[in-house]
Amino acid sequence: MTAKTTILNLPEEEFVHPGSRACAGCGLGIAYRIGLKALGKNTILVVPPSCLTVLQGLYPIATTKMACINVTFASTASVASGVLAALRAMGRKGITVACWAGDGGTSDIGIQALSGAAERLEDFIYICYDNEGYMNTGTQRSGTTPFGAITTNTPILGKQQPKKDVPAILAAHGIPYVATSSAGYPLDLYDKIRKAKTIRGTKYIHILTPCPSGWGFQPKDTAKIGRLAVETGLFDLYEIEDGKFRLTGRSRSMVKKRELVPVKEYFMLQSRFQSISDDYIERFQKEINDRWKRYYNEFSQVS
Amino acid sequence: MQIIESGNVAAALGVKLARAQVIAAFPITPQTPLTEKLSELIESGEMKAEYIPVESEHSALSVCIGAATAGARTFTATSANGLLYMHEQLHWAAGARLPIVMCVVNRGVGAPWNVWNDHQDSISQRDTGWIQIYVNDHQQIIDTVIKAFCIAEKVNIPVMVCYDGYILSHTYMPFYLPDQELVDCFLPPHKSVYALDPEDPRNINTVTLPEARVNVHGVLAHGYMELRYLLQEDLRKSIHTIAEVEERYSEVFNREGGAYLEEYRCRDASYIAVSMGSLSFQLRVAVDALREKGIRIGVAGVRLYRPFPDKAISNALSHANGIIVFEKGMSYGYMGPLASDIKSALYGNVNGNRKLPFVHNYILGLGGRNIRTRDLIDALRNSCKEGESTHMSDTLKWSGLKI
Ligand SMILES: Cc1ncc(C[n+]2csc(CCOP(=O)(O)OP(=O)(O)O)c2C)c(N)n1
Ligand code: SF4
Repeated sequence: MTAKTTILNLPEEEFVHPGSRACAGCGLGIAYRIGLKALGKNTILVVPPSCLTVLQGLYPIATTKMACINVTFASTASVASGVLAALRAMGRKGITVACWAGDGGTSDIGIQALSGAAERLEDFIYICYDNEGYMNTGTQRSGTTPFGAITTNTPILGKQQPKKDVPAILAAHGIPYVATSSAGYPLDLYDKIRKAKTIRGTKYIHILTPCPSGWGFQPKDTAKIGRLAVETGLFDLYEIEDGKFRLTGRSRSMVKKRELVPVKEYFMLQSRFQSISDDYIERFQKEINDRWKRYYNEFSQVS
Repeated sequence: MQIIESGNVAAALGVKLARAQVIAAFPITPQTPLTEKLSELIESGEMKAEYIPVESEHSALSVCIGAATAGARTFTATSANGLLYMHEQLHWAAGARLPIVMCVVNRGVGAPWNVWNDHQDSISQRDTGWIQIYVNDHQQIIDTVIKAFCIAEKVNIPVMVCYDGYILSHTYMPFYLPDQELVDCFLPPHKSVYALDPEDPRNINTVTLPEARVNVHGVLAHGYMELRYLLQEDLRKSIHTIAEVEERYSEVFNREGGAYLEEYRCRDASYIAVSMGSLSFQLRVAVDALREKGIRIGVAGVRLYRPFPDKAISNALSHANGIIVFEKGMSYGYMGPLASDIKSALYGNVNGNRKLPFVHNYILGLGGRNIRTRDLIDALRNSCKEGESTHMSDTLKWSGLKI
């Protein structure tokens, strides 16, 4: 891959203007601002109902300056397929079509359309921002809510099932590019989107976007939480390119250093995990340790 | 040139002649041969278009929504549960004012499963804001598909062309194939009001508030209610546009047809049978038989169902003593929707002390139940005889029921 982008050579043009309707400290806000810079002006966005719909503003005022079609909850990937078909049919070249959807719109109600589009290898970038719940409707559980997290419809015990592994589902479709990212590392996201733009076929990028309102932490801690998720080994940064898995960014450097921050630190900072028992934290830690043992074996040789 | 083909192929050829650019569909009986034909035409290179074989009907219409918003001429087709599965997107397509054309090959809806013809599928979607046209034969299928694109693109409202499953979709009949050059002249390439464009970035279908708000330039923009009002206004105005398109089509192709309804022996009729789709042609046979018995009766086939051409319909019907409405659909818990629409259209035409005709309502042919011409004749004869006895007027009658 080409040289990594730094804060010094990040394009200055802004597509998300100040004063969006997102909550203070919204991880999506960070990812979206940087993500649109990476997508660039020549993009058509497809957005289903989610916190992003609200962030983008209420008619007739828009926070973002980019061609965008808002669509129904289940239809993101199909509408994007239609936009692509029209561009082909009309001979309009050089436009990137990108979906930007929440985890509910991706892992749950939108997964059928997304699976269909990925199987057809539609030439779009699908970006899922994962705030681990239906935040727009007030923090209900979604397929990607982690085990133990309290949401408004798992209000006492917390969710009793593990997080759905959406990148793995997309990878199983045999698409050319799957990547994960975190709002804690926006430049890593920038580079992954830039790379996705150079690849033909369906590209899927899954971003963990911490949500102070839904997860219960201080708005100032968004980046910290986004990094802790990676540094504890809970949420790994990787790419699957043409079927080949590789750790990237911070996760990659962690293989060399062989140091994982105890996952408890991540849980302790968020009130949504208040009812998770030490037993479960230990279980999580063991799962992480086992996975990372595999990573050490597999990847420590690779530079 | 006259050819003999199935109704589904007639529709496919209409779509080809209209030069649709993006087609998306999901198979369902009895629509399937229509979309098979289109994929064959496209794969063989006979037709230049994008065919997106989606994983569901919700996605089929979603593809059309995306493609139409990006400026392409789009088409889809479905039946029964496929149409119901699109329901959310039907509202969306109309609300977003996208000129999509769809064929609905009419079929009964589950439960229980049934693949045969009635009108419950499209009738149940009448309030989604789409224009709905019902056709009676193969010629009307191909002609109406071409006209539908013209109408949709003039008024920016999607159009459903509804035709009877099996009775029309799977039967073979001769029809004239419109000449491509004439079609091109009748239907120029589509130019949308706004096609998604990074050079002119707009955020479409954003959350719109109950109250109208000013934009950044201080100009008052529409609120949700204004947008919905305009959809209704434009649908009502489209009644005229549809007649104009019909007139132009008959000029170019030299084929007469009624934009709103097709009348048969109605002028001097004391009684008028009313229905939609191929049934209205079958009713002509019944009417002929009754005319021979000296009963002054005619039949009106309603072609435009939404927007409802209430004035034209009440003008055509109000001179009669009685109206007998035959329907393959129900507004469950009330009566046949066409009958109730006709009653309300007549009410709007009350003038002076003239008596309104009685309206009888027969439900028949649900789930493909055979409709015998003999039963139609009996029903009509009974209605004419009983006249406006309250007993008849108040009761919904089911014809061909074995219970
Ligand atoms: C068909 C349908 N069902 C339900 C809703 C209500 N709804 C709107 S946004 C939303 C949650 C979105 O969750 P997610 O995709 O995770 O995005 P987030 O709001 O968390 O950013 C729901 C349930 C809807 N708009 N459409
Ligand atoms: S609820 Fe969470 S994801 Fe939604 S705007 Fe607020 S911080 Fe962002």
